[in-house]
Amino acid sequence: MTRPSLLGRLISEDYPRNRVLAGLLIIAFVGLALAPFLFPGTRPLSVATRICIFILLAASYDVVLGYTGIVSFGHAMFFGFGAYGVAIMLARGWVGWDAMAIGLAAALALSAAVAALIGLISLRVKAIFFSMMTLAVASFALILATQMRDLTGGEDGLTFRLPPALMPSFRLVAEPLFGVRIDGRILTYYLIFGTSLAFFLLLLRIVNSPFGRVLQAIRENEFRAEALGFSVVLHRTLAGVIGACVATIAGALLAIALRYNGPAASMSFEIMVDSILLMAVIGGMGTLYGPLIGAVLIVLAQYYLQPGMEILSSALSGFPVLPALFHPDRWLLWLGVLFVTIVYFFPSGVVGRLRALSASRPARSA
Amino acid sequence: MASLAPILETRDLTVRFGGHVAVDGVTCSFEPGTLTAIVGPNGAGKTTYFNLISGQLRATAGAVLFKGEDVTALTPDRRARLGMGRAFQLTNLFPNLSVFENVRLAAQARRGGRLDLLSMASSHRDLADKANDYLARVSLTEKASFAAASLSHGDQRKLEVALLIALEPDIFMFDEPTAGMSVDEAPVILDLIEAIKSQRRKTVLLVEHKMDVVRRLADRVIVLHNGRLVADGEPAAVVASPIVQEAYLGVRQTGAAHV
Repeated sequence: MTRPSLLGRLISEDYPRNRVLAGLLIIAFVGLALAPFLFPGTRPLSVATRICIFILLAASYDVVLGYTGIVSFGHAMFFGFGAYGVAIMLARGWVGWDAMAIGLAAALALSAAVAALIGLISLRVKAIFFSMMTLAVASFALILATQMRDLTGGEDGLTFRLPPALMPSFRLVAEPLFGVRIDGRILTYYLIFGTSLAFFLLLLRIVNSPFGRVLQAIRENEFRAEALGFSVVLHRTLAGVIGACVATIAGALLAIALRYNGPAASMSFEIMVDSILLMAVIGGMGTLYGPLIGAVLIVLAQYYLQPGMEILSSALSGFPVLPALFHPDRWLLWLGVLFVTIVYFFPSGVVGRLRALSASRPARSA
Repeated sequence: MASLAPILETRDLTVRFGGHVAVDGVTCSFEPGTLTAIVGPNGAGKTTYFNLISGQLRATAGAVLFKGEDVTALTPDRRARLGMGRAFQLTNLFPNLSVFENVRLAAQARRGGRLDLLSMASSHRDLADKANDYLARVSLTEKASFAAASLSHGDQRKLEVALLIALEPDIFMFDEPTAGMSVDEAPVILDLIEAIKSQRRKTVLLVEHKMDVVRRLADRVIVLHNGRLVADGEPAAVVASPIVQEAYLGVRQTGAAHV
């Protein structure tokens, strides 16, 4: 057995195992790594930023849902904790890296504590009732965030300034690089890209570790995992805490990207269902690459489906009915059609389908 | 052998489901290095007795002692870590994981140790070697990469047994290990159990319907009937005793039918 290559070790030997998937992952990586240079402009940069953040968020949810089989609807709450952690500190006027670090640390502590508590609740409350519990806890957190105006800014949320190096007016070097000014926005993007990449690789390692294998065993057959001597409560709780903490980090990145946070931006059920859950399900649960692909697809659809339909609609202006059918106002309808189609034809998600196509063996993992 | 301290004891072990007493005050001790067969008609409480011992069920009354320690209140995973291993009557595997990964997980459980989140599972060659070794012993090597769910019934039974032996427990609990296996598949499993027994270091509890298997393997036979322990002793003597003839007759015939 030879030692795996550096790339192999970086991705914990979790190879794509399908050529199309490998191609998609390389395109996503190169596209995101060079986004400020390949797609100049404010809008493409915010799309790329959002993709990075949601890849990390959806991947963290996959550890909980896809690998461990815990059906939780409270994941957006941890995302919100992270965003509020940074926002609350910076909105008080203490603008500095130390303030951001303290805010994030406090948010991580809160997330870990709440996730551990939810893990212990799972001892007593099972299956659908457990899922309802997570929904109740998340609703409670959302109500608190909306009501505690002095702390959170209520519905309006909080706007704030970042440390100077991350503000648009900052210039790292005087001369543009490849025609792009290296300003604070670009530095912010690379901070987010680098953090997302690092934590995505960390999650990839965790799910491929001996611990991660036990998580899959628990998903497959909790009863038998316990009979082999694995503590189901310990593993489930720890998986929940890891997922929650990484979601918290993603939330902090969101607040940095927007220089704003409010309940709708990070904590709402639209985030939970329209983004996190759909990304994991459409991409393919229990693969980590699935949520990555799902996040790319859905963020792109959210940003570009409407303008694309506008072009399509005006191109069809000579025909009856069609222009109205593809009117940009109908974009949500088509987004829905797209999702239902994918879920119907690829029940194991895009990645699950691709891997099944090229699988020489029917097993889910090594 | 009678002088050895028992490795496992049940004292007045009882479980009630509503008004039905499934296991009724069973007191029994098992000496290390012996193979005890547990027989009795369907519904006699054999599997329930196993569930009480390995912790899947909580006793209503009575106690389970393992190596002299009261384990009645412990969860199944704690008991497994103490050295109590259990295979199940209804196949109970990790269906979407590979055959290899199923056994590798059992080997990982055996090794125990601290939680390991940061090494690659595939880098632990010792666990992989062990898993391959155990797969070879139940002749499943060629099917190592198949999903467990895709195996035939007989192969799933073999994998079930492989999981138990990979756990290397101090006490092996087999619940009808050869049920539903074909005539040419069963010997692989029976030879394995015989090999464990012949080492004389491990204790084996075996629920079994087939009398020829019981006669071949057992040092001792206990008989459960309506949740009670009704006979206990040498295989030949127990099978010949009137109470067993009466309690066991029906099952003996069905048992003979699929031998």
